[in-house]
Amino acid sequence: MHKDTLKALLEAREKRHSVVLATSLDGGGEDLVPENALTQDHPQANELAECFRTGRSKIVETQGGEMFLQAFLPAPRLMIIGATHIGQVLVRLAREVGVEPFVIDPRTAFATEERFSDVEIIAEWPGEALGKLGLDRRSSIVCLAHVPDIDDEALEAALGSECFYIGALGSSRSHAKRLERLKDKGCEPDGFNRIHGPVGLDIGSVSPAEIALSIIAELVKTLRIHNGD
Amino acid sequence: MSVTLHTAQTWLDEGRDVALATVVETWGSAPVPVGGHLIIDGTGDFAGSVSGGCVEAEVIARSEDVLASGKPELLEFGVANETAWGVGLACGGRIRVFVEKLG
Repeated sequence: MHKDTLKALLEAREKRHSVVLATSLDGGGEDLVPENALTQDHPQANELAECFRTGRSKIVETQGGEMFLQAFLPAPRLMIIGATHIGQVLVRLAREVGVEPFVIDPRTAFATEERFSDVEIIAEWPGEALGKLGLDRRSSIVCLAHVPDIDDEALEAALGSECFYIGALGSSRSHAKRLERLKDKGCEPDGFNRIHGPVGLDIGSVSPAEIALSIIAELVKTLRIHNGD
Repeated sequence: MSVTLHTAQTWLDEGRDVALATVVETWGSAPVPVGGHLIIDGTGDFAGSVSGGCVEAEVIARSEDVLASGKPELLEFGVANETAWGVGLACGGRIRVFVEKLG
């Protein structure tokens, strides 16, 4: 790989741009294709489009021999609504699995740097904060505030976005009430099955750390099994 | 993208020779997915992985030739048969690894 290609790859990652690196396995060079530069004229247009869609890398046969198409999609992000104890553990677990965390909570007593050092913490209402960060299809969101005004606002934004995972803390009973409120606010019930509530894989979690683990496990499952990556 | 490529950039900036090994194909059980990276410098220091540890030593050894010649190589590792480089994968999988010089 040419050193300029490596630089361009790292730059694309920084800017959250999707690229595919096409490398000839016979030693015949490489080509870095940005998603926004892909046209139907490209000899491997369909295969490249599939790489961008699924995030999966693969070998394709070309006239010049085998070519490896390596997909580099933006790192997944997790918007944590509620600067709570579960959120503190989630920040660490998310990082370990390559997911970039952000913490959003308008309650300034919760959203302090002392409680959340080393992570971007945004002491704003979710609607405003998520509007700035942008919920793209490589983003996910989990609502932990347990305050309806805060969580509902975040869920409204999430349902209106392409984000790949939505989780909301609370029992089945409180989740049912939450869906009623969202319906009253005009959210389309068709999208309600996108919300994982009660949140997390059922591993019998009790402590905040165990609940955080179950959430991150469910997020990885969604990313890998349902989305491809 | 793995942090390994960031490390590769750091090593290049430090003036080290760097070989990049990428998993390009897997069959059956394989602990590192397609797209996994291992980087090796001229002294045999390495970061990242292309397997659960069973073929790393062989890839590191082959990277010396790649760094010396600048010519990439495509290596294949399998299980319990006569594999290209005589190293097998205990997990029962089969992988192909592309090794190239960075720079």
